[in-house]
Amino acid sequence: MGLDLRIPVGTLFAVIGVLLAAYGGATLGQPGTAPTGVPIDLVWGLVLLAFGAAMLALARRARRTAPGHPSPDAERGPRVP
Amino acid sequence: MTTLHGIDYAVMLLYFGFVLGIGAMLRRYVHTSEDFFLSGRSIPAWVSGLAFISANLGAQEVIGMGASGAKYGIATSHFYWIGAIPAMVFVGLFMMPFYYGSRARSVPEYLKLRFDEKTRGLNAMSFAIMTVFSSGISLYAMGKLLHLLLGWSFDLSIVVAAGIVLAYIFLGGLTSAIYNEVLQFFLIVFGFAPLVFLGLRDVGGWAGLADRLAGVATANGYAPGAYTRSWTFMGSASANPVGVEWFGLVMGLGFVLSFGYWCTDFLVVQRAMAANSMTAARRTPLIAAVPKMLFPFLVIVPGMLALVVSPTSGVRQAGPAVTASPPALTSQTSPTSAASAAGIVPPKRDARTGEPLRDARGRVVPDYDLATPMMLVHFFPAGLLGLGLTALLASFMSGMAGNVTAFNTVWTYDLYQSYVRPGAPDAHYLAMGRFATVFGVAISVAAAYVAASFNNIMDFLQLVFAFVNAPLFATFALGMFWKRATGHGAFTGLLAGTLAAGLHHGLSLPTGAAVGVKGGYLGVVTTYPSELAQTFWTAIAAWLTCFGVTITISLATRPRQPEDLRGLVYGLTSKPTDDVRRWYERPGTLALLVLAGAVVLNAIFF
Repeated sequence: MGLDLRIPVGTLFAVIGVLLAAYGGATLGQPGTAPTGVPIDLVWGLVLLAFGAAMLALARRARRTAPGHPSPDAERGPRVP
Repeated sequence: MTTLHGIDYAVMLLYFGFVLGIGAMLRRYVHTSEDFFLSGRSIPAWVSGLAFISANLGAQEVIGMGASGAKYGIATSHFYWIGAIPAMVFVGLFMMPFYYGSRARSVPEYLKLRFDEKTRGLNAMSFAIMTVFSSGISLYAMGKLLHLLLGWSFDLSIVVAAGIVLAYIFLGGLTSAIYNEVLQFFLIVFGFAPLVFLGLRDVGGWAGLADRLAGVATANGYAPGAYTRSWTFMGSASANPVGVEWFGLVMGLGFVLSFGYWCTDFLVVQRAMAANSMTAARRTPLIAAVPKMLFPFLVIVPGMLALVVSPTSGVRQAGPAVTASPPALTSQTSPTSAASAAGIVPPKRDARTGEPLRDARGRVVPDYDLATPMMLVHFFPAGLLGLGLTALLASFMSGMAGNVTAFNTVWTYDLYQSYVRPGAPDAHYLAMGRFATVFGVAISVAAAYVAASFNNIMDFLQLVFAFVNAPLFATFALGMFWKRATGHGAFTGLLAGTLAAGLHHGLSLPTGAAVGVKGGYLGVVTTYPSELAQTFWTAIAAWLTCFGVTITISLATRPRQPEDLRGLVYGLTSKPTDDVRRWYERPGTLALLVLAGAVVLNAIFF
């Protein structure tokens, strides 16, 4: 069983997304938080969260549908020698 | 000086935790030297593809391309759309079958299989030296930047960054480096994308950017579209900020330098050689080419924006900026564009006095290397700034890790196993690989301090790349596609090509430069409008000389038997078959799509 890279990538981005969105929500309306009028921490935090969730969902789907069916180009981590 | 908040530190610490965690998790998969140096040839194509591009995403890419964007405008995209993309297609379709199919463990080892030991030794030595110096310069640039922007200790910054890179490569070898490079790729994309969004929003979109840059262009003596059109003004070297005409650009950058780097540099080729099948290896550079095509928007556009955004438009006030155009000429521009032309690019300062540097015409010299970092500080509030700085750190670390993994492989297989201790058990070479990682990082740290003591070492290293990589591409092209090429021919050609590069550089000088590291040390026979033009023509001279000398000497020496060259030379090797199910996964189809995309992008920004 190898390491599916989408799991650490998805987890990291989901956690950073939650942090940014929460911080952006907590500081909403304060000066110096909305360059060019966009509450960017909140917006980008949600984008990162969506990306992280998508990566985790893809990893979960791959684990459900592809166990025991290795292919030459399977999207899995390194094999155990 | 910018102050960071707790949220910024939290994002950075999270990232550091994940990269170390990936290294620790992968440690249990490393049992043999092939696991450590080649990932057991088990990496899926999408992972090796993103690592292929990420290993190249070091300081020179992120900071350097932003700087070039501010200096040359959208013409910097030539490094991608006629430089990298065709070369990546070529290496994927035509060269990877030999790299991967020969089962060579490194690029120098392929040279040994194809030619002889001396050609491998020459390439391995020059490559090993280049990688540790390149890695050290990446460290130096990072330490300097963090000190300048955040006031962090230069020493502590490079020791911590080097320590983290060392830890995750030591634990998980190439697999760990590749997996972290993919993580770093996504961080760089998501860290810089909002910068482009906010910057374009500030200036009124692409049309607003083009309008403001038209002012900068006319102030500097060019046509209004010179910074936003990539081909229109390439008819004459004096009509564009790059200072080179289309032939020098296409031959020097598009052919020699780009093919020389992407097709022969083990730093990137190693990622493809770690792929889990021949088809995956061939698809690796083609998959990498898709995001690579779009990277100008991520790394060049911020530099262009830095030149024209208003110093008061961001969440922090920008520091003292400079006017990139001479005072006498700014009156030719409209009031709006003249005011905006200063942007947020700070002046380059004298290291001793701290005073802004001025060129021969008395104009303040902008510090273009700070264009992208200043954009981050200017637009990103607390939180997002942490993400942006983490992306910057990720780029430095991925560039360094790429160099260190390439170094430990070439050192262990091509130098240590070949010349110091052949025939040892595999466990010995695995241990040596880990030891090489430690001293590779240690030399990188030392190189960072060497770089700190010499003003021109980065320029010098660029030159060394041009001297080494350009002739090497001629050697590989002849080696892979002409069975008559011999080891004596290749070795002599490489030496002659490098010598020709030195001669051309020594006899030429960019306009306004002083004789020395910039050239002219053998006498100034010709001058070029820019350093880039001089580099392109130096590369052309090196390539042509190596090509000609290799052919001449090969014809005069005895070739190897055809049966010895099977799997190493085109025409003596059976064509690889594609083990994919869907039509769009085939390397040939992918290559066509990628080339079509590059043509469309060139046409849009023509």
